Amino acid sequence: MNFVLSDLMPVLPEVFALTMACVILIVDLLVRQNGKLLTYMLVQLTLLGCAVIIVGTHENGVVYAFNNMFVDDLMSDVLKLLTCLALAMMLAYSRQYLSARGLFTGEFMVLVLFALLGMMVMISGSHFLTLYVGLELLSLSLYTIVALQRDSSVAIEASMKYFVLGALASSLLLYGMSMLYGATGTLELDAVSQAIQSGSADKNLLVFGLVFMVSGLAFKLGVVPFHMWVPDVYQGAPTAITMLIGSAPKLAAFAFAARILVQGLQPLVEHWSGMLIILAVASMAVGNISAIAQTNLKRMFAYSTITHMGFLLLGLLSGSVEGYGASMFYAVVYALMSLGGFGMILLLSRADGFEADTLADFKGLSRRSPWLAFLMLLLMFSMAGVPPTVGFYAKFSVLKAVVEAGHIWLAVVAVVFSLIGAFYYLRIVKLMYFDAPESHAPITCEQDTVLLMSANGLGVLLLGLLPGTLMSVCAVAVQQSLLLH
Amino acid sequence: MIHESNLLSLLIILPLLGAVMIGFMPRNDDWGRRITLAFTLLVFAISLPLWYLFDTSSHEMQFVTRVPWIPAFNINYAVGVDGISVLLVLLTTLIAPMCVLCSWKAIDSRVKEYMIAILVMEAMLIGVFVALDLFLFFVFWEAELIPMFLIIGVWGGQRRVYAALKFFLYTMLGSLPMLVAVLALYFTGGETFDIQTLSQGTYSETFQFWVFWAFFLAFAIKVPMFPFHTWLPDAHVEAPTAGSVMLASVMLKLGTYGFLRFSLPITPDASQAFASVVVILSLIAIIWGSYMALVQTDLKKLVAYSSVGHMGFVTLGIFVFNTQGIEGAILQMINHGITTGALFLMVGMIYERTHSRLISDCGGLRMTVPIYVTLMAIFSFASFGLPGTNAFVGEFLVMVGTFKSSILAGAIALGGVVLTVAYMLWMLQRLVWGENTRKDDVVVTDMNSREIATLLPLLVLVFWIGFHPQPFLDRMRASVAHLVSEMSSVRDARHIEGLNDATLPQILERRPPHAAMANTVAVNRTFADSCRALPCQISNRDRNQTL
Repeated sequence: MNFVLSDLMPVLPEVFALTMACVILIVDLLVRQNGKLLTYMLVQLTLLGCAVIIVGTHENGVVYAFNNMFVDDLMSDVLKLLTCLALAMMLAYSRQYLSARGLFTGEFMVLVLFALLGMMVMISGSHFLTLYVGLELLSLSLYTIVALQRDSSVAIEASMKYFVLGALASSLLLYGMSMLYGATGTLELDAVSQAIQSGSADKNLLVFGLVFMVSGLAFKLGVVPFHMWVPDVYQGAPTAITMLIGSAPKLAAFAFAARILVQGLQPLVEHWSGMLIILAVASMAVGNISAIAQTNLKRMFAYSTITHMGFLLLGLLSGSVEGYGASMFYAVVYALMSLGGFGMILLLSRADGFEADTLADFKGLSRRSPWLAFLMLLLMFSMAGVPPTVGFYAKFSVLKAVVEAGHIWLAVVAVVFSLIGAFYYLRIVKLMYFDAPESHAPITCEQDTVLLMSANGLGVLLLGLLPGTLMSVCAVAVQQSLLLH
Repeated sequence: MIHESNLLSLLIILPLLGAVMIGFMPRNDDWGRRITLAFTLLVFAISLPLWYLFDTSSHEMQFVTRVPWIPAFNINYAVGVDGISVLLVLLTTLIAPMCVLCSWKAIDSRVKEYMIAILVMEAMLIGVFVALDLFLFFVFWEAELIPMFLIIGVWGGQRRVYAALKFFLYTMLGSLPMLVAVLALYFTGGETFDIQTLSQGTYSETFQFWVFWAFFLAFAIKVPMFPFHTWLPDAHVEAPTAGSVMLASVMLKLGTYGFLRFSLPITPDASQAFASVVVILSLIAIIWGSYMALVQTDLKKLVAYSSVGHMGFVTLGIFVFNTQGIEGAILQMINHGITTGALFLMVGMIYERTHSRLISDCGGLRMTVPIYVTLMAIFSFASFGLPGTNAFVGEFLVMVGTFKSSILAGAIALGGVVLTVAYMLWMLQRLVWGENTRKDDVVVTDMNSREIATLLPLLVLVFWIGFHPQPFLDRMRASVAHLVSEMSSVRDARHIEGLNDATLPQILERRPPHAAMANTVAVNRTFADSCRALPCQISNRDRNQTL
């Protein structure tokens, strides 16, 4: 394997993130600081730097590096940019919350950067091993972050569950990869695709491998029946960390699924789309129905994530470019909504350890803070998929792809379940607007987080009024990246 | 000067602008009310050119604006009005100031939010009526649920939470299958959401079957038709007065408007094939709604059930597919908006005084409140269609249309009319001369000038349409004639033996243009005959047309 200097250009963002992570680790040790302000600013600067480098090194077309193990294309650039943005928002939201709980440590921030690195590698991997390494880097960082609150038994339990089940999923993936390798003789996505197309590979082995791959993916995405870890981890982890798990990694997960299924295994589309149909329908059913029974908001969001991931799969399984674009749009929109939803819990939580994570904490919010209630209303209607919020367009574009693929019945099933889903989102609106507040404690959040929350909430509305740009960015990105191979 | 084609967009944007303005204003209830009133009146003033500048000789869309919105999906922001929608837009802009006026005293908590909700709702409702793009239509159709949900849930009565959730989920249950149908139409109709293009396409019978029923569910829930009407009494009873008025006067029309705009033109074959089902459901609604109204002891519930009956007449008129039926249906939509809106306003006024909606608690008013009783009598008479009031013209046209299509259906509908007279008169009797169970300390005062001002425009319209419906019928005539001729040409084409869908367009093209005209004229002639009883120029106009 030759080392070519020009290979470094496409991986510059990753290199920068890694370097900065190491630098920050040391700086954090050496500098005595109050509230970790310096570390925090450095991390935010790193994210900004990554974004600048991503934009700066952007090249038209598809650029491969390191013997086709790594790919830099429009989809990866867009998703990496959005990942940086999501992480920056997540850090800004959670600073006050984590500081009050003594969790805003240098380790946390460095781990976030390693997670970022993992996600970027996942997004850009064009080789089973690169993808796997990225996934593991992300997962290991997240396991540790969840366990950061060492004295909380629920957090430790969540972390253990996450770790054990995550490891199981990783092994499933590895097993699937090894089978595909046995059948095709290569681990490179494009080469795998060509080998399958040429018909030289053993079909049975391929399909067996595929089953393991899809199961592993389903574990990582958290779709039924591989969803058991999701509610426990979401509820057990400190809210800010739940927000981390629930937002940016979904973008990476989409890229991961799209790379493997579309770039690598597109010739097997008839096989995997059938599997995804089962996963999607089961997720929408179990997610929506279980969410109704929850009283803990974080747990409810966990089930809602399961549903949303089911919806995301709908786009993938339609097997068309439009469908993949719709899925990507869905992932982006979901990350935005999820940031807002968890951000609201963080905003309402207090420094004295009070967690606003039960439904009852939202009672009468419209009387305590009309503006925050209005923003939450926008977010909830967006999650329920009611126009003119952006959530509707996400659902719409996915459904459009499903109908185009001829699965009208699937579209009907999806809308019926989103009707059930609308109920529990509406319930939050009901609590905020129709009920009297239980506590009159003042909301003690800083102005800058309120500002961020406003941008997030209004963003959901504005993107809903003018969804065209983001939609076409996703469509073009997918078209250029997944089809030109 | 505002350009003509921007008029409709202005009608949508202005209330939203008002909502944003109030949102950023410091909390001051009085100014909130005044600004909202100013904005709704301004919107009404701006909508007036729609009445004057509307070209009554054309069935084409007018005041059209078309701007690309989501080019990737070929979605446009396209608005315009034709004879079917123009009156409904005017009705909406007229009702909105009344909703503000009637809430002046009744709403005293969270006034700011309330006014924002009213303004947003007005904008969304206008949007539904003027949208020429199916996607845009759907966005408005769904978005209008949010403010209504909040209005019922926040400012409503005892069981407001139940009513609001039921209203929202029930409507959504209808609109989601419609979304799938919209998507199916998009792909079958050549990747477009343009309503006019889709209306001109021809679709296979199976496809029409599914699309028709998907749309039917959405519209039938909205109207609401029997057996989907159960959300209506709950929503009406729990909503504050302005919510009830908006719901009854405008929102229920969305369903019937949908039938006229989508079901009939896009799925003509399915509409005709299933017309009998819809007619039967309409007849059940007329009888059942009136019957339920008869037994109510709650004033608001009584008016709510009367809506079910009245809307039954509208759907009946639409699905007999002749000029009288459809013209009557559209006029009846307006009439129902006027009279039922007025009745809800009046019920709200008495509720503000007695804090009870029970007829017995409000009863026995006798001559203590002469203005109130007089107006109540007029609007009740208008509601059951006393000759000289607006509903008479509408119901008469619907009845004529129904009798032409089926004597039996006409006879049953006539029975419904009798029931309507019965419950309205009985209600009036109890209200004016009936027993009085009020507590002694409740004093019912007569209407104040604000309340009279609220009702005055509706009173004028009752008699204007009652005695001189011509200008209203003029505006819908061309569009209705076009719709009917499209429908009957499909029917004629179907009669040719061995016809399949592929040949349908060719046959339609080969039809000489005067054939469709002749059809309309024939319809108009019988219409003229049937209208002789009317003491106005309808018959003259039609005779002129025929000759």
